[in-house]
Amino acid sequence: MSQTVFEPWNDPDAKPLIQFKGVTKRFGDFTAIDDQTFDIYEREFFALLGPSGCGKTTMMRMLAGFEAPTEGTIWLDGQDIAPIPPNKRAVNMMFQSYALFPHLSVWDNIAFGLKRDGLPRDAIGDRVAEMLKLTRLEKFAKRKPHQISGGQRQRVALARSLAKAPKLLLLDEPLGALDAKLRQDTQFELMDIQETTGTTFVIVTHDQEEAMTVASRVAVMDDGRIMQADTPANIYEMPNSVYVADFIGDVTILEGTATRSGNGYDITFAEGQPSLHAESEIALTDGSRAALAIRPEKVSISAERPEDKRNALQGKILDIAYLGNLSTYHVELPSGQIVKAQAANTRRLSRRSFTWEDEVWISWTDTAAVLLEA
Amino acid sequence: MRRLALIAVPYLWLLALFLVPFIIVLKISLSDYALSIPPYSPTLDLSTGWQGIKSFFGALDFENFTFLTTDDLYWKAYLSSVKIAVVATLCTLLVGYPIAYGMANAPDHWRPTLMMLVILPFWTSFLIRVYSWMGILSTEGYLNQLLIGMGLISEPLMILNTNTAVYIGIVYTYLPFMILPIYATLERMDASLLEAAEDLGCSRMQAFWLVTFPLSRNGIIAGCFLVFIPTIGEFVIPALLGGSDTLMIGKVLWEEFFNNRDWPVASAVAVILLLILIIPIILFQRNEQKQREAEG
Ligand SMILES: Nc1ncnc2c1ncn2[C@@H]1O[C@H](COP(=O)(O)OP(=O)(O)OP(=O)(O)O)[C@@H](O)[C@H]1O
Ligand SMILES: [Mg+2]
Repeated sequence: MSQTVFEPWNDPDAKPLIQFKGVTKRFGDFTAIDDQTFDIYEREFFALLGPSGCGKTTMMRMLAGFEAPTEGTIWLDGQDIAPIPPNKRAVNMMFQSYALFPHLSVWDNIAFGLKRDGLPRDAIGDRVAEMLKLTRLEKFAKRKPHQISGGQRQRVALARSLAKAPKLLLLDEPLGALDAKLRQDTQFELMDIQETTGTTFVIVTHDQEEAMTVASRVAVMDDGRIMQADTPANIYEMPNSVYVADFIGDVTILEGTATRSGNGYDITFAEGQPSLHAESEIALTDGSRAALAIRPEKVSISAERPEDKRNALQGKILDIAYLGNLSTYHVELPSGQIVKAQAANTRRLSRRSFTWEDEVWISWTDTAAVLLEA
Repeated sequence: MRRLALIAVPYLWLLALFLVPFIIVLKISLSDYALSIPPYSPTLDLSTGWQGIKSFFGALDFENFTFLTTDDLYWKAYLSSVKIAVVATLCTLLVGYPIAYGMANAPDHWRPTLMMLVILPFWTSFLIRVYSWMGILSTEGYLNQLLIGMGLISEPLMILNTNTAVYIGIVYTYLPFMILPIYATLERMDASLLEAAEDLGCSRMQAFWLVTFPLSRNGIIAGCFLVFIPTIGEFVIPALLGGSDTLMIGKVLWEEFFNNRDWPVASAVAVILLLILIIPIILFQRNEQKQREAEG
């Protein structure tokens, strides 16, 4: 690729668009956001991922101006936004509950923000038409929100927030109610919009695949804290904690004690099992607890012990999850742990090489597993 | 069958409490004044059979309604009642809306108390409450005493026995009927709609006029009808607080019935009043139905 990589977070000269500086948000004595400091850069597509109630919406609401941080400051474009009311911020938000105006038609809902800007009538008309086309709502322009389906309502909310082409767009689960096809189209549409308008997006989603597809960086949240904010590839390949490894994708976690060896550590995880080796740059004292995170697709499964891999364990197939192109084998070790291994279904189902109760060998390379502090 | 029974209940109710009395009043309005008990003729005498029924219907006529058009007192009274009711309804709205708005935006734990305070006046007799306004508004009343005491005025204000006193009485009496439906719509409103409006560039004030106000429309309409309809026929308030120039149809009706004992003319007045009221009642029903459809 001739394009320069878009990685402003690695560029010390880049000026962030949004800066959270020690932001804490409490509701009564409940801490929803816990002392967070991070930056979001212009033209980013920043995805917030995390379990329900971890504070994603709260983060958005602070950016939009509906909640004030209890402690700390938020900066937008080099300006502390605390004194700026929501209607003066160059930020638009798509609400998780859509918040469509029930007394206005779809057309008027989308035009609402444009009218407040005092745009000329035909400019508003053109822009609304453009938004309707984008979200494929042309046929429903005259309907009221209660006369359209849930997915259509979601698209109206999306169109309404996009219409003003703000500097920063906050999307709280924008695509949750759409069918797979429309969702994918809209994802690409969003990425397109982002590329053409240069808008910065912060998007909340419960769909990991979606976050991986659209985001420049993914922030995995837990309990009011961002555990890791990094590119989708890094989040997946180099999680910084057991929580992140476990939250993103499918993974097997084996816990044990670590001993320095070569370029990494040997992990003893169970009585009577060979120790496992993983190359790693983290610093652990000998004998400390550590966790190995292994992605199922990096684990091979075979009938005989493979000669070329140092990490090999024998076990019995407990369960097979058929995923169409792939199958995930749940292999139980004699010590009780279950390791997941994934293999492509290159043959017909009936001619599959392994089946339930088969004794098999699972193996992976020295660099396949990620070593984490337990 | 069960459905039929369910539908029958409200209709029977309507029949017993509205239609039957109405037919009786209608019948009296078509009769003639007579010095007898009851003070009108004819009365239906079924003992003479078919002949009796025939002569009974033969004696009914629209004389009383024609009479109403000959004396301009009546149409002036109707017109003045409508005017007073319209003005009073608007005043009630102006007073009631901010109260309802304040209640809907009060902290959750305050709302039941505020609601209670709005309903509290109903616990004492309506008559007593209107009487007490006489004590407040009269020339030697509390209001004048207070204002003179504070040195704001030197001569007492003449409020009692004027239309102003009638408006005050109506606003005071019917205020809860305005507040409650408006409060109900405001309280149900999704707060995120206002946030969305602000997010899209509205000031607080604009958000109120563009979102809150239109969304409380149904409450406003319901409240206005609930005040307007009983106000048109109001008798007690103009009788106690109004002056000799306060012309309301309720008062005319009372005088026809009890001073002139002319039941047929009084009934005709009542029938016309009902016909006038049917228009807003139908509009009100329409509004309610449209609202239900929009929500359903
Ligand atoms: N106004 C409030 N008062 C008290 N607690 C609140 C308030 N708003 C949010 N919370 C709490 O803060 C936490 C974070 O809420 P938030 O809405 O940000 O979650 P979320 O990550 O968006 O969850 P979801 O994925 O379910 O939308 C929750 O535990 C919630 O109960
Ligand atoms: Mg949320």
